Amino acid sequence: MREVHVKEITEAVKNLFLKANYELPKDVEDAYKKALEKEESPAGKEVLNLILQNAHVAKSEKVAYCQDTGVAVVFVQIGQDVRIVGGDLNKAIEEGVRQAYREGYLRASMVWDPVFERKNTGDNTPPVIHYEIVPGDKIKIIAAPKGGGSENTSRLAMLKPADGWEGVKKFILETVKLAGPNACPPFVIGVGIGGNFEYCAYLAKKALLRPVGKRHENPLIAKVEEELLNEINKIGWGPMGFGGKVTAVDVKVEMYPCHIASLPVAVNIQCHAARHAEIEI
Amino acid sequence: MAKEIRLTTPLTEEVISQLRAGDKVLITGYIYTARDAAHKRMTEAIAQGKPLPFDVKGQIIYYVGPTPPKPGEVIGSAGPTTSARMDRYVEHLLKLGLKGMIGKGYRQPFVKELLKKYKAVYFAAVGGVAALYREKIKSSEVIAYEDLGPEAVRKLYVVDFPVVVAYDIYGGDLFEEGRKKFAQLEI
Repeated sequence: MREVHVKEITEAVKNLFLKANYELPKDVEDAYKKALEKEESPAGKEVLNLILQNAHVAKSEKVAYCQDTGVAVVFVQIGQDVRIVGGDLNKAIEEGVRQAYREGYLRASMVWDPVFERKNTGDNTPPVIHYEIVPGDKIKIIAAPKGGGSENTSRLAMLKPADGWEGVKKFILETVKLAGPNACPPFVIGVGIGGNFEYCAYLAKKALLRPVGKRHENPLIAKVEEELLNEINKIGWGPMGFGGKVTAVDVKVEMYPCHIASLPVAVNIQCHAARHAEIEI
Repeated sequence: MAKEIRLTTPLTEEVISQLRAGDKVLITGYIYTARDAAHKRMTEAIAQGKPLPFDVKGQIIYYVGPTPPKPGEVIGSAGPTTSARMDRYVEHLLKLGLKGMIGKGYRQPFVKELLKKYKAVYFAAVGGVAALYREKIKSSEVIAYEDLGPEAVRKLYVVDFPVVVAYDIYGGDLFEEGRKKFAQLEI
């Protein structure tokens, strides 16, 4: 069985969070360049130009793209033929996050407890980790720092089966309307439909990882992604909510079977700092 | 967004009365940072009759929690956070003479009424372009609540810090006016 040492995982997590916080992924940057051609609002164009300029400065000077360097969300896909050796995997990932945020001049944004004292943990730990076991002997790690402003505007609804597509669409559009300027558009919208209460929220988050501009391989889902993107861009918020045509650059939908009584829908709003970086070990 | 106005802090009512939603403004002078946790503490201090970390009269509060500075730099990335979370604290500070707030996003309708009543203005900055705003900040000093880390109160000196008037004292609203121009769908 292939063995991977936890030290390698700590190093990988550290480097991924540094990269994610300094560099906007190419697909995301390209989407803003395209948006600049589509946007008609002068204020909206100005914001898009600032976004591109900011991405350039952050990358070349190795400083955080946004001061909100996020909750450190980590997706780990572990091949079933890999054995992790040398220590505790959870601690190894946490250590990678700690080193990135301390050594990379990234903001510590986590507090414990969440209600009463709310004391900053000082190094942005703990991360939120999602594990998945997959075939093969590789480990894929995706670092996705997620800002609080856009996360706060995300919503979940347990709809009735009778609400149908119209109900689902209404809930998604309402969520984007409410998010508006507060969540830093242009957005990428992650939508989970089906599963159950917690799984549909997970799907919405995971949907955000698919490259911008890439439609779902299921034609039914690809069709609703197009429809949603088109309607969201009629709301009129535009870049930073100053008015305009580009409120979102993409909508990503994931679906899963659900219970005969249920129709869960989750909408995860991703601000223009759509940061993620990945590696395969 | 045609006009571009240069302002220096502290702000006077006369200057505020000339600002309209959509005006582009470049701010120079000292401004103060505070976000959720600092607002909570300042409001508690007011309730207990204790002094605030700075005299808010005529001043601007910037809703921001910056990243730490790299060695030799003044400050890290420093873009605005969502203003609506500070709505419940606003009146306590306006009563003491606060004249401006910088943040991102829309606020609850009562904030617009408070701005009319107390003759103060809400400026919008562009969220997320934090590496650019950092270049407009020339000095930074933690003046209170250091234990809050990124949420401590900082006194910043800014030069030509670019913002847009979001809410003026006449009920003008940058976001609603902007959206209505492009809305093809009412939800």
